[in-house]
Amino acid sequence: MNTVSKEIIHTNSETVSTKSWPLVVRDLTVAYHRKPVVWDVELSIPEGKLVSIVGPNGAGKSTLLKAALDLIPRSSGEVLIYGEPYSKARKRVGYVPQRESVDWDFPVSALDVVAMGTYGQLGWFRRVNKRSKALAMQALDRVGLADYAHRQISQLSGGQQQRTFLARALVQDADIYFMDEPFAAVDAATERAIVDLLKELQQRGKTCLVVHHDLATVPEYFDWTVLLNMRVVASGPTEEVFNQENLHKTYGGKLTLLSQAAEELMRKR
Amino acid sequence: MEWYAIDTWIVIVGILAAVSCALLGNFLVLRKMSMMGDAISHAVLPGLAIAFLVTGARASLTMFIGAAVVGVLTAVFTQWVSRFGKVDEGASMGIVFTTLFALGLLLIVQAADHVDLDASCVLYGAIELTPLDVVWRPSIFGAILDVPRAAVVLSIVCAVNLLFVVFFFKELRITSFDSELATTMGINANWMHYLLMTLVAITTVAAFEAVGSIIVIAMLIVPAATAHLLTDRLGVMILLSVILAALAAVLGHITALFVPGWLGFDPAVVDATSTSGMMAVMAGVLFAITLFCAPRYGILIKKFGRIDRAEAK
Repeated sequence: MNTVSKEIIHTNSETVSTKSWPLVVRDLTVAYHRKPVVWDVELSIPEGKLVSIVGPNGAGKSTLLKAALDLIPRSSGEVLIYGEPYSKARKRVGYVPQRESVDWDFPVSALDVVAMGTYGQLGWFRRVNKRSKALAMQALDRVGLADYAHRQISQLSGGQQQRTFLARALVQDADIYFMDEPFAAVDAATERAIVDLLKELQQRGKTCLVVHHDLATVPEYFDWTVLLNMRVVASGPTEEVFNQENLHKTYGGKLTLLSQAAEELMRKR
Repeated sequence: MEWYAIDTWIVIVGILAAVSCALLGNFLVLRKMSMMGDAISHAVLPGLAIAFLVTGARASLTMFIGAAVVGVLTAVFTQWVSRFGKVDEGASMGIVFTTLFALGLLLIVQAADHVDLDASCVLYGAIELTPLDVVWRPSIFGAILDVPRAAVVLSIVCAVNLLFVVFFFKELRITSFDSELATTMGINANWMHYLLMTLVAITTVAAFEAVGSIIVIAMLIVPAATAHLLTDRLGVMILLSVILAALAAVLGHITALFVPGWLGFDPAVVDATSTSGMMAVMAGVLFAITLFCAPRYGILIKKFGRIDRAEAK
C-alpha cells in the first residue's frame, strides 16, 4: 500500500510542475563528520497538508528541516520550495525552531520576539516600525498572549514561550511552515492552541511540516505523515502510511516504544 | 593631587576606549562569547609582530592592519577548530589564541633585538602617556587644545561602533537571539558574526595600543554584564553599558590619582597606580554593587524581596 501511494506521488511530481508543490526533496543526503544523518531522501509534499515528521531520536528529523531551510550544507541532492531553490523562496517560508535553541534570558519582550517575524520583509537597515508592532500584537492576541506582550520572555511559562514562537511564525505570513517540535513539553492548553492554529493555517491553504514526537496524536492532528529514520520509510496520507508495519520499520528494535505506539494506535481507532 | 589638562585627556581617552568596547561587548555577552574579546586581544600579537618584521618599520597603520587581520583570523580559526576538531567553542578559542599569542611573543622577542617593541607595553598600554602624543592643535575661542592621537583614533572607532550598533540594531538583535531564524530570513548570521568580530578586532587593536589590553578585556564584558542585570530591554542595556563604561573610566582615573595618597603612599614617589588598571577595577566594583542591589535580578532582592514574585502573579 505504501509503495503504491509513493508511486502515485512520484508520477504526480513529474507530470505536474513542481511549482504547485510546497516542498520537493530529491536525493538529499546530509552528513556530519562524514557520517550520514539523512540519506537519499525523496519527498514530495502536496499543498495545504498538515504534515508530521516522525522517527526515533537521531533519525535526522531536525537535520532534514535544517537542510531544507539551507541552514546546513547538503552533501548531495536538491530541495525545491514551490519549484524554486530556497534562496528565491525564502519569503514564503516560516520557521519555528526548537524552543531550547534560544536563550530565554535575552533582553527582549514577547512583543519584540514576535516582531522579529517581520524582519525578513523589512530588509536591511529598515527599523522595526509601527506596522510590525501592530502585526506582532495581533499575532500575540491570536495565541492568547496579548496581556503578556511586554513581559521579558524568561517570565513566560514554557507553553507561553512556544506560543510566542508560533505567533512569530504567524507574523512571517509564509506559505509553508517548518516547525521543530512545537509540541515538546507544553501544557494541555498550549497543545490545544497549537492544534487550532495549525488547522487554521491549513484552512488558509498553508502547508505545515511539524517534527512530532507523540505518536499517539499523529492520526488526530496530521493528515500527512513522513516516517523517517535516516531514510524515508514512508510518506503519504496518514491513514495509509501510519501503520504498524511502517512504524516497525521506522523504530526498528525499539520494541517497547513500538508496542506502546501500537497500543495507542489500537486504542485510537 | 591636582587636576591638569592632561588628566582631562586621560579621562577622555579612557571614556572613548571604554565606550567603544562596551558598545560591542553587549553582543559578545548576549552571544555567550565574552571570552572572544580576550582571545582576540591576545591573538593579535603575531599580527603586530609580523607587520613589523615585514615592513621593518613601526608604522602604526601597517601594524594596525596586521593586528586586525589576525584578530579576524582568530574568529575564523576558532570556528574551524570547533567545527572540525569536535571541541566546544571555549576550548577551541583557548587553542587558537594561546598558540597565536605564544607565536607573537616569540616573534616580538626576535624583533625586540632591533627595536623597542615591548611586549609589556603592548599588553598593558600606557594611558598616562597618551596625552603626550599630540596630533592636532586646534584653536577654539582662542584656547589651544592639544588633542592626543589616541583621542582622535578612538573617537573614530567609537563613532564606527556606534553607527554599527544603531544601523544594524535589528540585525544584531535577531542574529544574537535566534541565529537560525535570522539566516532563514536572509539575514545571514555568519556574516553578522564576522562583521562583529572584525569590529571587535579593530577596536581591540586601536584601544590597547593606547590603553592596554586589560581595560579592553574588562570593558568588552563588564559594563554589558552589569547592564544586563539592570534591564530587560536590549536598547536600554546598550545605553546603560555605555554610561557604566564611561563612569568606570572617570572613577578609575580619579581613584588612581587620589587613592594612593589616602593610603599614605606618596603618589609622586610611588608613580601612582595604573589608571587603566583602576578603570577595570572600577568596572568590577560597579558590577559587584549591581549584582547585590539590582532592582530585579540583584542578590538582595532575590533573597529578601517578595514583592517581585507577588507582582508577577
